[in-house]
Amino acid sequence: MTENIDLTLLDWSRAQFALTAIYHWLFVPLTLGLSFLVAIMETIYFRTGNEEWRRITRFWMTLFGINFAIGVATGIILEFEFGTNWSNYSWFVGDIFGAPLAVEGIVAFFLESTFVAVMFFGWNKVSKKFHLLSTWLVAVGSNLSALWILVANGWMQNPVGMAFNPDTARNEMVSFWAVLFNQVAVDKFLHTISSGYLLASIFVLGISAWFVLKKRETFFAKRSMLVAAVFGILASLMNAYTGDSSARTIAKAQPVKFAAMEALSEGKTNAGLIAFGVLKDSENKIGETALKDFIFKIEFPSFLSILTSGDKDSFVPGITDLVNGNTGYNVMSFEEKKSRGETARKALIGYKAAAKEGNIRMRDSIKTIFATQSFQDDYFRYFGYASIVKAEDIIPDISGTFYSFHFMVILGFLFIFLFVLALYYLFKDKLVQNRWFLWLCLFSMPLPYIASELGWIVAELGRQPWIIQDLMPVSTAVSNIGSGSVMATFFIFAVLFTTLLIAEVSIMVKQVKNGPQH
Amino acid sequence: MTTIMISHLFLQNYWWIIVSLLASLLVFLMFVQGGQSFIFTLPGSEMQKTMIVNTVGRKWDLTFTTLVTFGGAFFASFPLFYSTSFGGAYWVWIAILFCFILQAVAFEFRSKPNNVFGQKTFDVFLLINGALGPLLIGTAVATFFTGSQFSLNDMNNVKWASPWYGLEAVLDVRNLALGLAVLFLSRVNGLLYIINSIDDEDVKQRSLKKLPLNAVLFLVPFLFFVIAILLSQGFAADPATGTISMEKYKYLHNLIQMPLVLILFLAGVVGVLYGLFIAMFKKSNSGIWFTSLGTVLAVFAVFMLAGFNGTSFYPSAYDLQSSLTIRNASSSLFTLKTMMFVSFLVPFVLAYIWYAWKSINVTRITSEEMNNNEHKY
Ligand code: HDD
Ligand code: HEM
Ligand code: HEM
Repeated sequence: MTENIDLTLLDWSRAQFALTAIYHWLFVPLTLGLSFLVAIMETIYFRTGNEEWRRITRFWMTLFGINFAIGVATGIILEFEFGTNWSNYSWFVGDIFGAPLAVEGIVAFFLESTFVAVMFFGWNKVSKKFHLLSTWLVAVGSNLSALWILVANGWMQNPVGMAFNPDTARNEMVSFWAVLFNQVAVDKFLHTISSGYLLASIFVLGISAWFVLKKRETFFAKRSMLVAAVFGILASLMNAYTGDSSARTIAKAQPVKFAAMEALSEGKTNAGLIAFGVLKDSENKIGETALKDFIFKIEFPSFLSILTSGDKDSFVPGITDLVNGNTGYNVMSFEEKKSRGETARKALIGYKAAAKEGNIRMRDSIKTIFATQSFQDDYFRYFGYASIVKAEDIIPDISGTFYSFHFMVILGFLFIFLFVLALYYLFKDKLVQNRWFLWLCLFSMPLPYIASELGWIVAELGRQPWIIQDLMPVSTAVSNIGSGSVMATFFIFAVLFTTLLIAEVSIMVKQVKNGPQH
Repeated sequence: MTTIMISHLFLQNYWWIIVSLLASLLVFLMFVQGGQSFIFTLPGSEMQKTMIVNTVGRKWDLTFTTLVTFGGAFFASFPLFYSTSFGGAYWVWIAILFCFILQAVAFEFRSKPNNVFGQKTFDVFLLINGALGPLLIGTAVATFFTGSQFSLNDMNNVKWASPWYGLEAVLDVRNLALGLAVLFLSRVNGLLYIINSIDDEDVKQRSLKKLPLNAVLFLVPFLFFVIAILLSQGFAADPATGTISMEKYKYLHNLIQMPLVLILFLAGVVGVLYGLFIAMFKKSNSGIWFTSLGTVLAVFAVFMLAGFNGTSFYPSAYDLQSSLTIRNASSSLFTLKTMMFVSFLVPFVLAYIWYAWKSINVTRITSEEMNNNEHKY
């Protein structure tokens, strides 16, 4: 399958995908959250008829529009990159993966783009009621687009609802519902949208705080802060809750990622949960790859075991167990998985050969074996291991995953605290006196962006080397094009997106300084 | 779901029809691009420019979303096309995407204060997207008839035989001809849309003045392409074995053997010509109604010619047997069936788009609106 794909091609392709995804993700979470905040504000306007609320709504709506445009611009490239840069992947799983992308277009993007036009241009043309409905539909549409793309991503992390067809040499969908209600996808969706709501709330909080500090538009600013703080506290609680359930699901679906998140080299019972720690290379190596030891750590004893299975005596496998196997705790070794993967691959090669020779009996008998549940579960499930050469190749970047995860979680708890304080000062009407807190809100604005990108780095870095967990390594997924071409497009996108980002931020800042109009 | 007996064959045809429909709607909606391409040449004043940009600008997202959905639907229904064409003709698709990235921000940013690069830059972005977008898309679609340079191995992984990764398509004049035809068709539709939705006599006169030349520049390459294709060899797929062979007058045969397609095609051409006629000679504002319908019908028929009646819709001139047909490139029966249920939502989507469109377009755009409207491009 790997026809001498050179490493530079692979690395440039990964770099390009990471770059474009990270850029897209700079804009998407604000869309997800601000669309709801704007809809809530407009609802208050609709209910009260107070023109001040109309002004508030329109101010945030303008910022929404600026962000939305660049979100769309960075999104289209991602969709087509699956074809341009991961074409072998696209064929191998297009039968399943393409479906959510198509549904996304039909169900979500049209909803969003149609009603965005009404939202911006309809103020004086449609009834107040229809306008309000349009604003809500934009929020629903944007969140639906998150749903479908996350279903697609969830499937890559935890492939379910499909079977391999040797005729076409690819995976085919057998249950749409299994794909949709995949536990990883459900967790991902809830955690991701709540992180978007949280991010948008801090965005509104920060900008409003600036107005209060400047003693401008204080009424407008306090109203905005109230809406953001209430929405934000709910979002941040939901975010922590769903983050926790994501971690539990990963412990089962992607144990290697989980071990990397906790930098757990050796498996343990009574495993402790690391609140924070600093890593160093361990003496212990797997092949060339050093495992990690802690220079120092703050730990909640036994919590990790309790978290993953509710029982403090339960065993949490570490990287070593997952590579070398641990028969005592029923953990399969890399070698065993590889040999099973090779069995599946040999069956496929045998099938292709029989088909070519016209040996119908042989072909059909292999096909029958392929179709059995036990073959799919016990052998085909490890298909991707056949393409992995060394045991250490299944270990992701441990430090990167560990630090990203822990900074995200720490920030997540800080945000809860921030919203609690904001609510407290708002209800006591002590905002204006506590200027330090207003500055804190303002300077917190970049933090949820950082947390959010770190979350994706956990998710995507932690699943290396897989593009589809256990089925397809990234190296076999890449399009066979010259690495020079991919390198060129990498720089084109880097320059273009950076240029556009600069323009976006500058416009945004100016709009904020202009303040709400009429 | 299992109780419904629908054959794979039927669903492959059904999905080819849906994909073709999206493609034909896309070509019509590229009137937005057509309108953009006039940004420096049509308006006689800043105000007129603002009106023109805002008229087409209010629809840009719809065109964009149709392109995205076209991509998604093609991926879901014919994944082998998606992986082969995108992964092989890399530079063509990247160039197309590049144009569309420029467009998405240009409308929103062009007239906002502190946009760093100045309005002129964003207007140039609109021009690039308006001119290059339709040209490249048309050129890419022409390869459905003229063939590309790729081969597939037995895992269906694509290998492109030209170091230009798709850009070599411009070397075939037939491809270029279709590119130009799509570009000038978009421009014609753009002019007619502007005439229809801007309430300004001077803009109308200026647009009418541009119409004849653009109409000719559309018709000549279009006719050239159609005649060249009908007279050239085509890529025939044997329905029983799937073997691909070159057949003389293949597309002409397709047209004759599928009379309904012939009728759709002719109706489309007549629609476009009639729309042009009433705009140019009757000074009617309604030309767009006929050219839009005509565009959709004609493009739809062209896609039918490429995919149906035992034809390879994405042929390889380099390795004939690697050519893609709607049989060998499609998703599984199960996926196509699931997606069929999703496609039942399409009429509903079209209905709300129509409703929202009407409610925004109730009044034609005037200079007063541009002066007092709070959100404008
Ligand atoms: C404001 C942003 C933000 C904040 C404060 C948090 N997260 Fe998060 N996290 C995300 C934003 C995010 C994200 C960007 O939405 C990710 C990336 C992929 C995904 O599914 O969600 C994510 C991923 C992600 C994953 C990996 C999912 C995967 O690999 O599929 C885990 C285990 C957690 N989070 C857990 C948490 C916990 C326990 C938090 C403590 C409060 C937390 N996150 C706060
Ligand atoms: C928008 C938020 C996202 C961000 C910020 C993000 C981030 C990243 C990063 C940093 C990598 C590089 C990992 C590496 O090569 O070491 C990556 C790879 C990748 N991600 Fe994501 N990702 C996002 C969403 C998604 C989604 C939703 C999907 C699928 C539907 C996806 C699919 C991929 C693929 C195919 C690769 C390339 C293969 C690989 O290197 O694993 N990503 N992403
Ligand atoms: C790698 C996978 C991804 C692909 C292929 C992708 C694709 C796209 C495309 C094509 C658009 C433009 C749609 C239009 O025409 O309006 C878009 C916009 C959008 N996407 Fe993504 N996207 C990805 C990741 C994500 C993720 C992870 C989320 C949310 C969780 C998301 C949410 C959105 C939203 C809300 C928009 C609306 C515009 C905006 O960003 O402001 N996308 N995306």
